[in-house]
Amino acid sequence: MNKIVGSIRIALRALRVNRMRSALTMLGIIIGVAAVIAMVGVGAGATARIQEQIQSIGSNLIIVLPGSVSTNGVRLGSGAVASLTQDDAKAIATECPSVALTAPTVRGGVQVVYGNNNWATNAQGVTPDYMTIRDYTMLSGQFFTTQDVDAAAKTAVLGETVAQNLFGDSDPTGQVVIIKNVPFTVAGVLTPKGQSPTGQDQDDVILLPISTATQKVLGANKANAKAVASLMVQAMSPQAMDQAIQEMESLLRERHKILPGQDDDFTIRNLTEVFQAQETSAQVMSILLGAIASVSLIVGGIGIMNIMLVSVTERTREIGLRQAVGAKTRDILLQFLVEAVTLSLLGGIIGIVLGLTASVLISHFANWATQVSPLSILLAFVFSALVGVFFGYYPARKAAFLDPIEALRYE
Amino acid sequence: MASVIEIKDLVKDYKLGEVPVHVLKGISFEIERGDFVSIMGPSGSGKSTLMNILGCLDKPTSGAYLLDGISVGNLNRDQLAEIRNKKIGFVFQQFNLLARTSATENVELPLMYTDTPANERHERARKALLAVGLGGREEHQPSQLSGGQQQRVAIARSLVNNPSIILADEPTGALDSRTSLEIMAIFQRLNREEGITMIVVTHDPDVATYSNRNIHFKDGRLQLDERLEQPREARKDLEQLPAEQPEEIPS
Repeated sequence: MNKIVGSIRIALRALRVNRMRSALTMLGIIIGVAAVIAMVGVGAGATARIQEQIQSIGSNLIIVLPGSVSTNGVRLGSGAVASLTQDDAKAIATECPSVALTAPTVRGGVQVVYGNNNWATNAQGVTPDYMTIRDYTMLSGQFFTTQDVDAAAKTAVLGETVAQNLFGDSDPTGQVVIIKNVPFTVAGVLTPKGQSPTGQDQDDVILLPISTATQKVLGANKANAKAVASLMVQAMSPQAMDQAIQEMESLLRERHKILPGQDDDFTIRNLTEVFQAQETSAQVMSILLGAIASVSLIVGGIGIMNIMLVSVTERTREIGLRQAVGAKTRDILLQFLVEAVTLSLLGGIIGIVLGLTASVLISHFANWATQVSPLSILLAFVFSALVGVFFGYYPARKAAFLDPIEALRYE
Repeated sequence: MASVIEIKDLVKDYKLGEVPVHVLKGISFEIERGDFVSIMGPSGSGKSTLMNILGCLDKPTSGAYLLDGISVGNLNRDQLAEIRNKKIGFVFQQFNLLARTSATENVELPLMYTDTPANERHERARKALLAVGLGGREEHQPSQLSGGQQQRVAIARSLVNNPSIILADEPTGALDSRTSLEIMAIFQRLNREEGITMIVVTHDPDVATYSNRNIHFKDGRLQLDERLEQPREARKDLEQLPAEQPEEIPS
């Protein structure tokens, strides 16, 4: 301990003697560490943003769409046939044990009118379970109830964008809006969710009871009055997703009387999986950015090695003297290793501060989410110490194994 | 008196390319504890090589070297470092002080490689500086001291570990005659009052007259080993020097 404290003092003195040289050497590490911190911060910020978006869709979400059907060899597009119904939704909810909730949805574009204002938006006919599945909360008022759905009540829930455009800052709850000449009482406003992972405004929406939507607003499908545009399904747990998909597939095939060997007339998609792929790609990007930044850290390490070799040569006589008065191999090794690590750690600390500042500036000016975790700071700290040990070892070893006679005679 | 150094049939060869060069060709002698010995000889006589071996900086090719009864010939690098640390004090021609480092810290250097606690290190360094007449210069750096003062710091450094022998390699080579006398006076006092064995390597016959015993080398062999019955007194010679000038101390 005594010796290490002594070594640190000697190291600091040696570094102070060549201020400019030490500063320039440190600069390599400073830039390397700052780059790693900032780049990993940018990567982590992107990942966090995608995770947030996944959260905004709802958890454990599976979507069932009416599928492509082929009739006499002609294949029709997905959703062209009203193959999925509200009854399917009920059956899935009751008969598939891995499914928690289902929410059948119909949708269409509508013009919503309030007083002198009007706004074109997307109307969705849904059931109250939709709110649970999509993890919606209410900004004001209430979501409509199952009774409202059964009674085809003329009630509506507005997304925040719609509320803003029609009502400005005043509270729309209890007011009446007109859709296709039908007056709807506003039951409440949804808490905003922001952009979807695909960039759509998730708050530009008006939710109606599915019964009212088909009967009064969007018009029923002529082939099947109970047809739905899509079916959102929430599995019991993330682990039950695959099980739920299998259960639904066999149930729907049975209900739709599809013979073995025939194609499904529906499509089941695991939404979470799609966005997890995006998340993974963001993580890969952040690893890549970190790796590129690490290269500059290694270059900084080579700079340390270079300057330590110069230092060993310059101080050959000092090394010889220390050996003559009793310094052992490990004493000299320790002295130069401590010097290299002091350089790299000082650089590392300054680099961390600089990297943090850079990521704050990136967030602020480029409006780009960054997230610097304590772990990445710790890693940068440890890594810069390791760079010092790794690149300092060779020069230190060279110093430690100098021949004392040669070293004392060195001019 | 017991011998502090015993050398028997010491041989040292160097390989210069393919041709071996015999630098020391079988040397035997003993040095008694408390003696003051000058080792002399022209360059190429092997006295530097002998000095390196005596100082445990180098190992003999063959032959025995006992320092304080310890056979040094088959010790490894770190064991030799420890012997140097505990038993030998070095004084060099070029002082070899650490620049930008205070006198105290320079003197403490050998103790840095022992387990001596910091306050004891300071205390011993202070005493050693006092012993060479540098009390009050503890915080001066080498660049603020004259050549003679720097050499005295180096002597204090060689003393600080209470060594068995002090090895001085041309200690007056870089100093003027007055300062040389001052250094020799310090050596004589340490030798007589503290009983420290002194070994001075020099090519200056004048310096050798202050020691008790002169050993001459030539061509790697011991040529002459004579004991001086009446060594000169450096202190008296110093007093007889005309017009003592006050020493200049750069501030």
